[in-house]
Amino acid sequence: MNGYAGTILRVNLTTGEIKKEPYDPQVARDFVGGRGLGIHTLWTEVPRGTDPLSPANKLIASTGPLSGLLVPGAGKMDWACKSPLTGGYAGASVGGHLTAELKYAGYDAIIFEGASAKPVYLFIEDDRVELRDASGLWGKGSITTEEMLKKRLGEEFQVATIGPGGENLVKYACITHDYGRQAGRGGVGAVMGWKKLKAVAVRGTQTIPVAQPDRFWELSHAMYRACKEASGLEAWQRYGTTIVTSWCDEVGALPTRNFQQGSFEQGPGLYGQVMRERIVITDKGCFGCPSPCGKYSYTKKHGVFVEGPEYETIALCGSNCALGDIEDVAYANYLCDELGIDTISAGNAIAFAMDCYERGILTARETGGLELRFGNAEATFTLIERIARREGLGDLLAEGVKVAAQRIGKGSADYAVQVKGMEQSGYETHNATAMLLAYMTADVGAHHNRAWAITYDLQVGRDRVAPDKVARVIELQHIRPLFDAMGACRLQWVELSIDVTSYAPMMAAITGIERSWEDLLKISERIWNLTRMYWVREVDGFGREWDYPPPRFYKEPATGGPTKGQLTTFESVQKLLDMYYEQRSWSKDGIPTPQKLAELGLDRIVG
Amino acid sequence: MRLYADSSKCSGCKACLLACAFSHFKENNIRKAALAIDPHFPSPGKYEVRVCTQCGECAKICPVEAIPQNDKGAYSIDPDLCIACDACIDACPERVIFKIPGRDQPFECDLCGECVDFCGMSVLSIAE
Repeated sequence: MNGYAGTILRVNLTTGEIKKEPYDPQVARDFVGGRGLGIHTLWTEVPRGTDPLSPANKLIASTGPLSGLLVPGAGKMDWACKSPLTGGYAGASVGGHLTAELKYAGYDAIIFEGASAKPVYLFIEDDRVELRDASGLWGKGSITTEEMLKKRLGEEFQVATIGPGGENLVKYACITHDYGRQAGRGGVGAVMGWKKLKAVAVRGTQTIPVAQPDRFWELSHAMYRACKEASGLEAWQRYGTTIVTSWCDEVGALPTRNFQQGSFEQGPGLYGQVMRERIVITDKGCFGCPSPCGKYSYTKKHGVFVEGPEYETIALCGSNCALGDIEDVAYANYLCDELGIDTISAGNAIAFAMDCYERGILTARETGGLELRFGNAEATFTLIERIARREGLGDLLAEGVKVAAQRIGKGSADYAVQVKGMEQSGYETHNATAMLLAYMTADVGAHHNRAWAITYDLQVGRDRVAPDKVARVIELQHIRPLFDAMGACRLQWVELSIDVTSYAPMMAAITGIERSWEDLLKISERIWNLTRMYWVREVDGFGREWDYPPPRFYKEPATGGPTKGQLTTFESVQKLLDMYYEQRSWSKDGIPTPQKLAELGLDRIVG
Repeated sequence: MRLYADSSKCSGCKACLLACAFSHFKENNIRKAALAIDPHFPSPGKYEVRVCTQCGECAKICPVEAIPQNDKGAYSIDPDLCIACDACIDACPERVIFKIPGRDQPFECDLCGECVDFCGMSVLSIAE
């Protein structure tokens, strides 16, 4: 199988059995790989109604056909499982070098099943695959664990690990790799922790075959050349994702004080330019990337090294908690990384608690004496620790803001900024209807990565509710996840304007299967619809209400900044959903129709 | 002529290793490259790129004189003459002569320049 290693590792943590299975070529053809393989495996192998934290749930680490090859940004891996945070689908993408190394070792994916009685890590060196004792690593932080394993095994090993957050089953625990890259969202780290799997360490020496080497070499040259000649390259290399911080602040999209508004009075202290000068010490790229967004930093104030903070962390742990010093945000980032919890959900959860505290919904009694006011950096640091260790209020916030609000009551659900149980990431959406719809309909919950439509809102008028906005969201929801299936980064397309259709001949040269970009987008639509059906299958009563946005954006106008006084009416929300379901050929309750499933060839799978 | 590396610009992406491997063997495999990147993380947080400086120590130590200079001035192992004794690997002060999977003879930089073309960060250059 050109472009693939051709083998899937199946690791049963209950029995210790390790199997090497051939990758079904039909599944590779129909679902590409990465997140496509993830959802296909969840659908076909994990029984309906499985408790996310039970032996029946599976954790799937999957590369794509571009992973590990000489293609710009071919360093992406997808981690999928049934989400302990939302009860639906979790698919989390991570960059770095793990995905390439796994393929060099001869494997396209690892499917973890069952649960170990004692802590273990998975060792892979080409054909040699072993579960090894990890009791000496249990309890250690993610960065510390990676350092220990690399000292033991060698620097060439690529490591993915959980921290105490994953061990303690924080519902948004992440999996960390390469000292600061995360499969961050949906609680993939909690599922790994429940399985008592501390880490994966892998090194490989084998070649990944391509179907047409000469054509591949020519296309590869052209893609790298296009990246190097792109007008946006220099600025992106210097600032990475932090380049958007100032833009978001200026247009009113920077979440501030738990998404009450989109502009932060101390925002300039968090801008990418300030960060670069004050704390960044080197650029840090993922595999094969000509435009590394990773910025590795050292904060003198707190005396720690950290990869980042990148934009999302600045938005959620910075402005959203009203922290105005980039060094404090860097330290919050370090704590989340070492403890192994997602900075987006953690920052959102802390801001939610601060909001509740300032409104008197939570008192000092519940916060364990913490003065949880917006802008209190020390309280933020303490609460991150308490979440990861599930102490006091941290234990409640470790469940995510949806469950926390249900337990707190007193109207706090209005301040829980989440969709489907996942905390919203870094764009304030009181008045940005395409971006709001993107959050409402993203297949994991309120995550930006499936459709970054905020620029389209600014381009065509942010309060417009019209079919073209819906069409743009759907188009993006097919393009971006396709990158996650192919195993490459989307940012060369997004930020360097690399012709997205050039990935079709590249895929053909690698796999030997001639398909147009439209053909590939159809596969992405298949993946999207199967993922939707997974929610329908797993969540009782799943339907339209599950796509409703956080109440804040339709109930309470923005309190300041460029969008002050603005909101999106609930009538507009309903209109957006009507148009979205119609354009997707879904029912009025948001369920894919049998005709749509048949058109996508999913009737055979869904039944 | 020789290859130069400004390690302070490197982001560790390994595109250079892949380009080197593919240009010589038509293979996607970072273990078949004639340069190296050593990451130093979490502290002090930097990459160190090791490249051939064309110092000629390999040619001096070679017992069968199998490492002549090619038309670009690069010391280059002649696979027909090489007896795979690996003396050059030990003699190389930069540790950039490699034993690679599936090949007896060591492998070193021949100044083909593909790594320079593929590096997005302008770390590498070929000059006198």
